[in-house]
Parts: sequence; structure tokens; C-alpha cells
Amino acid sequence: MKSLSEIETISKRASRAVGFSWGEAEEIAKCVRMLELFGFPGIKNLNQYYKLINKKKKFESLTNIKKKNKLNKLPLCPINLGICFLDQIKILMPFKKINFLNIAYPVLFLPFLSRGSEIIGKKILIKFEKNNFLLNFNVNILSKFSKKELPLIAKKVEISFLENKDSFTAKEWNNLYRLSKNTFVEETESLKQGAAGAGLTDND
Amino acid sequence: MNVKLRDPNIIMKLSRLGSFHQSRLSFLRSFLNEFKDWEYNRDLFNLDKNGYGTAVYSFKKNDRVYSLVCFANEIKDDERSDRVIATKWDAAFTLHDGIPLKKDIERLKNEVPKQEVGRLSYKELTLSRANKSVRVFNHVVESLSKGIQPDLDKLEKVGYLYRTTAVYGSGKFGLADRFRIQNRDEINGPFRLEMMLVYLVRQFTFDQVNHVAKKINPKSAVNLDPKICKNLGIGNSTGLGMAPFIVNHPTLLNNWILCRETALKEIREIKNVSIIESDLFKNCIKNSIKNITSWNTESEYQQNKIKLLLKDVRKFTYFMEEKFDFQKDFPFNELYLWLEKETCDECIEYVVSIMMEPFEKIIQPLIKKMSSDEDKYFNIPTDRTLGDLKIILEKKYSNILTIDFKKKENYKKFWFISKNKEEPRIADRFKEQGSDLEQPLAIARDIKRLYDRLLPFKSNIKISKFLIDNADLRHVIRRAFIIEKFPYSEIQDNTISEKTIPIDMLRLKLSFFGALKFDPRSDKWLRICMFQGAPLPNELKDYDEQWVYKSHN
Repeated sequence: MKSLSEIETISKRASRAVGFSWGEAEEIAKCVRMLELFGFPGIKNLNQYYKLINKKKKFESLTNIKKKNKLNKLPLCPINLGICFLDQIKILMPFKKINFLNIAYPVLFLPFLSRGSEIIGKKILIKFEKNNFLLNFNVNILSKFSKKELPLIAKKVEISFLENKDSFTAKEWNNLYRLSKNTFVEETESLKQGAAGAGLTDND
Repeated sequence: MNVKLRDPNIIMKLSRLGSFHQSRLSFLRSFLNEFKDWEYNRDLFNLDKNGYGTAVYSFKKNDRVYSLVCFANEIKDDERSDRVIATKWDAAFTLHDGIPLKKDIERLKNEVPKQEVGRLSYKELTLSRANKSVRVFNHVVESLSKGIQPDLDKLEKVGYLYRTTAVYGSGKFGLADRFRIQNRDEINGPFRLEMMLVYLVRQFTFDQVNHVAKKINPKSAVNLDPKICKNLGIGNSTGLGMAPFIVNHPTLLNNWILCRETALKEIREIKNVSIIESDLFKNCIKNSIKNITSWNTESEYQQNKIKLLLKDVRKFTYFMEEKFDFQKDFPFNELYLWLEKETCDECIEYVVSIMMEPFEKIIQPLIKKMSSDEDKYFNIPTDRTLGDLKIILEKKYSNILTIDFKKKENYKKFWFISKNKEEPRIADRFKEQGSDLEQPLAIARDIKRLYDRLLPFKSNIKISKFLIDNADLRHVIRRAFIIEKFPYSEIQDNTISEKTIPIDMLRLKLSFFGALKFDPRSDKWLRICMFQGAPLPNELKDYDEQWVYKSHN
């Protein structure tokens, strides 16, 4: 089994070798390491993608990200897009939803979103075709994909910045809160006398 | 009194970093301190009459066990090489997490001797190999087999029976990643498991000579005197593999240096020093002189440094003994100021290390701060502005920005990874090919390039926008935002200059390991000694913390 350290080192060097700058290669390496740690096929996808780059297959770089991004002539490079998305995430967040068309090897785009989720402190949902991925503050990635289903091109992509909302109802919360109160002790008058601030006025 | 931390522009110069010495903060000393109450065992010692075979040593506490698995092999004299290009070694070692099963030992027997081309598993933590100092090893075996102790003069010249030529950890060749073990309390200091491996290898070398001598002459052979063992360490040959580490781990480098600087600051701020404390300091200084006079090297560069060090340490000792009163307020501050004025860099750093000896209360909490969660500082704050970045560069890299990188001598060298051994190398870009594959270790040049490039831009432009067309400088933009928070994270020097002495980078790291007797064999590799004078495993429960100044070699 390869260690994550080996995965990071090889991904960095390979990325530099196909033409990314050292700084970009560092970003890619961290992301591939994260994919493998979370159980996604990072090395497999990076390898396939770099094979195409080495065969001179062209991909487009999208640096000016908008709310709705038009169809490009060529599929978008998931790495350039990922780095730009990460760099601009605070500017992009007010859009709430962002759409892209044709992202190559979308699994390689996921870790950039995951890191972005941590930076902005919001969960991010990405949907393409029948796949949904929930990026949870860079702690994990929730998905229902099977390795066979993951497409090499994500044709219609929608990214949503989710508001920080509870995933439960007020009733559910209150029920639990009532239960938790059973661990508290009723205060007697003598206990109240000795509590913090007792004996002082708030205007002294 | 509030003493300021020393200026990174002075401390982080290569020549100063290359003058660092071991101290109480050094990893091998903090390792001994952490493991002193662990149970030590030799669990297996299955060597043949020539000393070849397998051995296992362990440290155990409660349910936790770390086991060193040793494989000693026969190699021909012409196969023995300390260089990284070697493919065979006298012995190979791995530190196994737990008690190795028979099948683990069988698996490791096939992989560990192959080193870089072998595969380890997440159950192994560190990997190493070592070669005999053949002259010393044979002399010791011969003497012991005759029933006599070896000639101490011969031992003193070398100081060890074996020298390691690499010690690997943190995920290399399939070893366990750091994250798997980082929450264990006992390894909360850097390189602790690497230190454990080297320490147990030292014991293996003693057991091996005793064993071979006994096999040669079972009736009259004697064991190596434990006092002699104690004064032998483990050698190490180190090449450029270590140099990029300190560039590639800026926050870790910062934490090492910051702890040293904080220790010095707090010691200088002590108003009243007790007689016990001042006596301990004085004794360490006086005893340490033996470490300098027994420091052998053929390197003219190092000989000159040692000569100057010895002269200045003697001058300091005279001043301290004859003209200085420890009863005055803030005595260490005064001593430090005197050192700065009167002595060389090597002597300043030497005495700074020894100043830490009496102050365990200051040092112990710092040891816990020497690791780093590097990923936490990896993201570039791209919503900051170029104005912010410019201020950081001007403030934190002021000396570097004065270097003229149009002059050939200032960018003559380049760092690369050798295809043959996947190891870092340095070469002359005007003579050798390969500079197009340069590693990102020319931080000073790239910082200057960044500064020049951002000058025409308006200061309110966001970093995210600048990065779109300047991806080639992304690695140094990241570093600039790291140094903003971590003042000692960067070498404040040019690592590709004609005058760069790469061993200064090695020396910095080795001093934090706790190495002694730096012996440069060229400007690109050196030999050192570790654990010389250290307590033996059966003495760990109650040992003298200042052992390093009481070695007899």
C-alpha cells in the first residue's frame, strides 16, 4: 500500500512534469492526497487526465468564473478551475449557485471545493448528471456514487453554497433538550447565595 | 527586563545556522527523557558466529510496544559504501509498531535490506541502514576475543562502531504516515521515532561485537566494558537529502528555531540565578571543552571553525571565571551581550546551547511546541491584497530583496532531483544540464522575482486576481503569508549563490537532532556522531541529564 506521503510527493512531481507551476503542483498534490484519504480514486483520475495532457489533448482554463458559465469549445480543466475556484471562493460565495458546463474528470475538482468549504465555513453541494456530492468543511465528502458511474466529463454542473442551517426540527431539538435537563440539579436558596456575582449589584 | 527575540535576519543566515550546536532541545535528548521509564528488552538475538542474522529490541510501556528489527548481512568490502548510491549495507533496520510476528519478520527480512527499493507497511515507522567502521569494529572484536579491552585512542578517533547512511520515516517507501501516530503522547516531539531507531541500533552494535568475540574465543573473550560502550555513539553520513527538508517545512523550521530563541530570551530575562544553576552552567562549559578538543575532522573549513571556537570558548571561560559575577542581576543577559561583542558565531551558538542546561523548567514546555500542523497554514489567503503582500516582503525579506540576481554568481547553482537515486543534488547551472528541471528551493531568487513583478500593480488588487497570470510564483506567495505569522520559517539567505555551502543546511538540522562532531567530507556531505556519552538502555531510569558534556571521547 502506498502511503499518503508517497501519494502527495508523486502527484506533486507528476503535476510539475506535465506543466503546472510548483505552487499549483503543491495544491494538486494536497488534493489528490485528500481524495485518496476519503476513499476517492484520486491517483487513477489524475493518471488518466495527465495521459490525455501528454497526448496533447486540449482543455480549457476558465479563470473568470461567473454565476452562469457558458459552454466552452473544450472541456474545462478540473485543476485550473479548482485552483481558481478556491482562490476566488469568497468572491463567488454571494452567487449562492454557480453553473458550469463540461468539466473534465470532475472527481479532481471535488477536493478544491472541499477545501473551499472549510475556508468559507459553509457546506457545498455539487450536482452533475445523477451525481451529488456534499462537501463538509473539508472533514469528509458525502456521496452516493459508485466508481463505475463517475463520468469522465460532467456535462451540466451546479454548485450550491449551503446556508448553515440545522438538519433537524425545533421539536426534535426541544425533546432532546428536555431530556438533557434531567442531568441538572435544582438550586436551593443557600446554593443561590454562593453563586458567582451573588451579593453584588450590577451597578457597583 | 524584556529581552527581544533575536532578529531572523541575523539568526536565519546560512553561516549562523551552520554554527548551531546540540542542546537540551535536541531531539535525541528529548527522546531519552521521554522514554527513560519505558521497559527496554532484547527480545531476539539470532546471529551466527560471524554476527549475521536477526535481532529484535523493544521499548514497552503499558500496551504500547516499539520494536527495532535488525538484519545483519555479510557484504564484501568493495560493496560497502556510505553514498546513497549503495545497494548493500552491513546491517539494515526498521522500527516496527508493536511486537513483530514471525511472518512480519519474514516479510521484513525480504524488504528491509533492500532499503529504498523494498516496500514497508503501515506497521513500520522508520527505516535505516548502517555500515561498520571496519577498522574500529575489527579492532574491538579482536581485542575482546583475546580477553582485553580495545585501545581507547583508536576508538576516540572514530567514536562509533557503525554509522547509519540514511534514516527514513513519515510514509517513505510505504512506512506509516505521520497522521497515523501523531496523537500518541510519547512522540509529540519531531523525529522521536527516528531517534529511537538510532539509539537501539547503537545497542545492537555493542551486542554484535560481544557476540562475535565470544564466538571466536568462547573461553577467554570478554564483553566490551559498559563505560567504553557509553562513550561510543552511532555515526551518520549525511548528504544533500536533508537540505531541502528545512526549506520544504517552513512552519516546522520556525518552531524549532522559535523554541531555541524563546529559551534564550527567557534565560536572559532571569534576574537572579542561583549558585546551583550558575555552577551547572560553568561546569558544562568547562567539561564541554573535551568535546571540542576530541572533535576530529580533515576538513580545513571545519578545522578553522573548531580552532576559532576553542579559542573563543577559552576566552569566554576566562571571562566567566575571572571577571564575571553571577550574583549580579540578569547575568545571562550580560554574558550573552559579551559573547555577541567578543566571540565568533560558532562560539555564540555553542554557549547559547549550554545556557539551556540549568533550566529544565524553561526547556520542557518548549519541547512540546517543536512539532507543527503544517496543513493548517497551507491555504493562501487570496482575499488579501498586493499591498499586504508587498509590506510582508519588505518587512520579512529585507536582506533578500537587496540581492542582485542579475549577477551570475548569485544564481550559479541549482537544486535538482537525481533520476538515478531520486535524491536532491546541487549543481552549477552554467556547467551542468538540468536547470530547466530545477526544484523550488531558490526561495530568495523567487521572492525577489515576486517583489519585482508586483511593483507595477495597484496595491488594492486581490491576491486571487494576481495569481491568475502569475501562477509560477504561487509557491513563494504561500511562503510569504507563512512568514508573516512564523518569523523564523525562512532561511534569510541565497541558497543558489556561488558561495552557498550546502552543509550549513545539514548542520542546522543535525544540531536539532543532537549530533556532535560535525565532520564535513566536502561542501555537500558530512559525518557526525549521535548518542556519544548517552546512557545505555539499562541506565535510562536514572541518568545524568548533562551526559553530553561528560563523554570521555
